[in-house]
Amino acid sequence: MGLDIRWPIGLMFSLIGAMLVVFGLAKGDQSVSLGININLIWGAVLLVFGVLMLLGAISGKKNPPSA
Amino acid sequence: MESIHLHKIDYTILVAYVAFVIGIGWTLARYMKTSSDFLTSARSIPTWVTGLAFISANLGALELVGMAASGAKYGISTAHFYWVGAIPAMIFLAVFMMPFYYGSKARSVPEYLKMRFDERVRALNSVAFAVMTIFASGISMNALAKLLNQLLGWNYHAALFICSGVVLLYVLKGGLTSAIYTEVLQFFMIVLGFAPVVYLGLKDVGGWHSMNHSLEAVATNPSALYLKDAGTSYAPDAWMSAWTPVLAGPAHNPMGVDWFAMIFGLGFVLSFGYWCTNFLVVQRAMAAKNMTAARNTPLVASVPKMFFPFLVIVPGMIAAALMTMPDKNYRIPPPIIEQANYDKAVAAVKSASPTDVPAAVKSVGDALGKKIDGIKIASLVAANAATKLSDTDIQKGLYNSVAENDYDGVILSLVKKYCPPGLLGLALTALLASFMSGMAGNVTAFNTVFTYDLYQAYFAKGKSDHHYFLTGKVITIVGILLSIAAAYFARQYNNCMDIIQLVFGFVNAPLFATFLLGMFWARTTGTGAFLGLFGGIGSSALFHALTIAQGNTPGIKGGYLKVVSTFPSEMAQNFWLAAFAFIACFTLTLVISLATARTKTDADLKGLVYSLTPKIVDNNVPVYQRPAVVGVVLLIVCVILNFIFW
Repeated sequence: MGLDIRWPIGLMFSLIGAMLVVFGLAKGDQSVSLGININLIWGAVLLVFGVLMLLGAISGKKNPPSA
Repeated sequence: MESIHLHKIDYTILVAYVAFVIGIGWTLARYMKTSSDFLTSARSIPTWVTGLAFISANLGALELVGMAASGAKYGISTAHFYWVGAIPAMIFLAVFMMPFYYGSKARSVPEYLKMRFDERVRALNSVAFAVMTIFASGISMNALAKLLNQLLGWNYHAALFICSGVVLLYVLKGGLTSAIYTEVLQFFMIVLGFAPVVYLGLKDVGGWHSMNHSLEAVATNPSALYLKDAGTSYAPDAWMSAWTPVLAGPAHNPMGVDWFAMIFGLGFVLSFGYWCTNFLVVQRAMAAKNMTAARNTPLVASVPKMFFPFLVIVPGMIAAALMTMPDKNYRIPPPIIEQANYDKAVAAVKSASPTDVPAAVKSVGDALGKKIDGIKIASLVAANAATKLSDTDIQKGLYNSVAENDYDGVILSLVKKYCPPGLLGLALTALLASFMSGMAGNVTAFNTVFTYDLYQAYFAKGKSDHHYFLTGKVITIVGILLSIAAAYFARQYNNCMDIIQLVFGFVNAPLFATFLLGMFWARTTGTGAFLGLFGGIGSSALFHALTIAQGNTPGIKGGYLKVVSTFPSEMAQNFWLAAFAFIACFTLTLVISLATARTKTDADLKGLVYSLTPKIVDNNVPVYQRPAVVGVVLLIVCVILNFIFW
């Protein structure tokens, strides 16, 4: 229906992921849990997920699904 | 529950999420032209989206909290609520029932009942459903506002109105599509927000095997977690085997259930009754763009559903394991105690005499107003007598001595323990998201049923579509206002809430018998269905009035007429009640149908009853998309999962 949901999902997780990565890099001391900089790592995971969703949305726009 | 301090980054994540859901609503608003767009998404949504919404509509925040609690209390057996209590029913819905829901062009489950039977059955089902959704959404919003109040110190009323306002904004703009899209967003929030907590928790307890090893200690001495009476003991594998303890009998598993109640009561009656007839979830599948997509919706949903136990139940198991590791310095939070009581108890500790232990324990316990661990209090008093402790340290000692656990606090205590600022914002936003989408899901189901099955059917027949479109919008606002009222009601009259939920249990338990007979036996008559349903509801109420679970006193928990039978646990009582109600409704519907004349001809029932509907030929669909094929594969995977955790 009109809006491909992969746009908002992709945009939101890219944004949150990027924020966590930046926070993890800038405030490394506050981001550690059990000796891992979890904000940095998980932020990167979210960022990758978000970008994949955006790529899906872009390719979906070029080749709209048939059914 | 202790309060959590949020940083700017956490609030930023929260605000970003809210901005996105409102944005989705506003973007969708321009596509909302007819009542069908608004209330049923005009049957246009792709399968993976309806599938994830299907699962997400069910994965409310209360379930998230409750499953972690059960994970701690019962271990991996909790997964039966997924593997026995959901997957088979979801596959049945997809393969056998969806063709009638979708193919009949009904816009709601009650409307299907009207087509198949008559107005009476529809009215009964739609009124019960409308009232139930409002209370469900109210309960969820009350829990959310309470949580924000305790956790973040927000004002209860402000929290309630702000969150409801956000839901109103996006549902009013984008209707069902908005709710479905938000549910998908929430699905990813939950998975991606809680996965790191599970990962960190498992790492902390030393991995899966080490966790299982610790759970042996819990199983052999559950009273250490204040779970059962002192002296109760289970086989060492009771927390990490799903079937062995259940097959051994009710005395050998912490749930206190037997295999028959588990498979027939939960796996058949309750599960099929919920997944196959509850419009809240079925509505998601009915919004799909074509028949194949509609049938595949529950199948897509069953994939994540099958693996959810690892996300929602394992945290509880981690928490129970952590309790056996003194060096981890963790406890499942005790029930909330007012600061005033803590202050009184701190004073009591200070004035207590370390030589008169019983008097010291009694005075501290009275001040705190909770059950306490006498040994821990005695050592706290002694420690304070030796070297004066600070008030904060004494309060910490008191906190650790409360001999009761609030299991619903498990998930948040782990989030707090493992999440630094940033990740904390993500996890809390995920939780908040699932509370709000719970409200949105209920409100969108409510407005459809109210508009089509009550308003259009009984109050204003034959108006223009625009009229119903506007009605749908007005009813959305009304639904949200009623939910807020229900939230206040839940806050004020907790006991009434228990009664209301009990009544809904009675109403829902027999429902699947009506559908089963209606869809697969053309001879079932409207009168049979209507009276059978009433009989089923009545017999479940009667069953409840005559039975009780061990340890409960007669009253709201059952047995208020006369205790004829006692069950080992409340869960067992519930499962047997469902089984009983189903059999009563099934038998009554059958007998009354045979005794009454049919009012609908075979031609009327085409597309509504299995034997009178042409079989769906899906030769044009690729094999991997055929519901029957996919369903069988998923069922096999589910069975394998059961064997792995046998």
